[in-house]
Amino acid sequence: MSNQQIVSPLPGIFYRRPAPDQPPFKEVGDAVSVGNVIGLIEVMKSFHEVKSDKAGTIAQFLVDNEDAVMAGQPLVDLND
Amino acid sequence: MGIESLLVANRGEIAVRIIRAARDMGIRTIQVYSEADVDSLPVQLADDSVLIGKPPSTKSYLNIESLISAALDIGADAVHPGYGFLAENGDFADAVEAAGLVFVGPSGETIRRLGDKVTARSSADAIGLATVPGSAGRIDNLEEAKPILEEIGFPVLIKAAAGGGGRGIRVVCNQEEFDRLAPQASTEALTAFGDGGIYIESYIHNARHVEVQVIGDGESVLHFYDRECSLQRRRQKIWEEAPASCVPDDVRMRLCDEARNFASSVGYRGAGTLEFLYDSSTHEFYFLEMNTRIQVEHPVTECVTGVDLVRESIRVCDGNSLGRSQDEIVLKGHSIECRINAEDPANGFMPQPGTITELKIPGGPGVRFDSMLYPGYTVPPYYDSMLGKLIVWDEDRPSALNRMRGALDELDISGIKTTKSLHQALLKDINVVEGNVHTTFLDDWLSKANIQ
Repeated sequence: MSNQQIVSPLPGIFYRRPAPDQPPFKEVGDAVSVGNVIGLIEVMKSFHEVKSDKAGTIAQFLVDNEDAVMAGQPLVDLND
Repeated sequence: MGIESLLVANRGEIAVRIIRAARDMGIRTIQVYSEADVDSLPVQLADDSVLIGKPPSTKSYLNIESLISAALDIGADAVHPGYGFLAENGDFADAVEAAGLVFVGPSGETIRRLGDKVTARSSADAIGLATVPGSAGRIDNLEEAKPILEEIGFPVLIKAAAGGGGRGIRVVCNQEEFDRLAPQASTEALTAFGDGGIYIESYIHNARHVEVQVIGDGESVLHFYDRECSLQRRRQKIWEEAPASCVPDDVRMRLCDEARNFASSVGYRGAGTLEFLYDSSTHEFYFLEMNTRIQVEHPVTECVTGVDLVRESIRVCDGNSLGRSQDEIVLKGHSIECRINAEDPANGFMPQPGTITELKIPGGPGVRFDSMLYPGYTVPPYYDSMLGKLIVWDEDRPSALNRMRGALDELDISGIKTTKSLHQALLKDINVVEGNVHTTFLDDWLSKANIQ
């Protein structure tokens, strides 16, 4: 079992939900495939989707909803 | 009476602008800042500064409780909201006053009354200020729409009552289309906003955005003439001018007088702007809304009237009367503002947070750059993308355009991409040069043009 990570493509604020009143894109234990949206990054008042570039199962989120993140910062640990 | 210390409840270039105005008035300034703004220019310029929270604005610049306790702890006696953030939040204005402090702006009640489009419209109707022809409120069925459609004629816009930002708007050219599209619009509004209410408005082809600056002292109001802000990208203004070149002088006088009357009728205090749609083929103007704060584009008005609007609005909110008459406000020359944003026009206006490696600011007569930049400053990703505003003044519009060309050429911001190149390209467009633009001009232009 090897671990992989999904990293933030941009600096900004990380959101796990498409809107405050909607469920998160993904939960721990969910399977993701390449191109799946796992969250949003808000940068300068515009929102950008964070898409997985790997396939696997979400082992844990490394940042909380609404945390500030840097470009390249790991957001999610994936298990194969 | 007598503000001695002012808390600046904002950030960026407007915080710098407020600090400069307060400093000129001998008022001590206190800048609040988030963890992302420790190194910001307003924090460096203010006499004092207070950390109010984490980078996301909901945890700092939008946190009413933190702002009020910062103001009380440091002994401020007034709060300036700037624009954006809490500037048009009536509850914030109330909280500032409840804490025994002066709010630089109108009362919470006025903010709420003018912030609601329906009550603002009825306030305008009450004094005979024209609004865009349409239904008085929402329409519940097709039968109810018939007499209104007969009165205003096609084309019309169907809008969602709960909508915003241009979502859910349809242009309808005849009755058959209306009967078909109105139920669709209602269903879509219900899905998107949880409210199926729709209303109709006359569609003004190639409408221009014209606005009037006012300042009131709670009893009387002065206007400071008009601006045009028709160049907008996705409803965000990027270029503003004063005065509006499309408005003939006799119409300008009527427009500005009516705006002044409206603000007087609500006992307005502070700086405010009435926004209008302007039909340049008929020279009719229609009131849209009133913004109850200082606006981004206020410098073009300062350039053509010679009045420091930020200082003036602090003065009147401190209980002073306007102390001058309308005929002392004289329009002189022409002014243009270009907003310089941290966005890459060649790449879908992608946001460009990052470090400013080099900065050369243009100068010379009639050139002003309102900004929070300095060499080495890192633009944080958490807030809006505006880096500054390049403003020029000259005796007439052609000279001002020319001066803007030169000033943009001189401006050098290295390290991140900016919208400077967009403005340079616009200055080469014959329609922009001739002032032949409207509110959807730029979106059309961008969909056709290639800008490098």
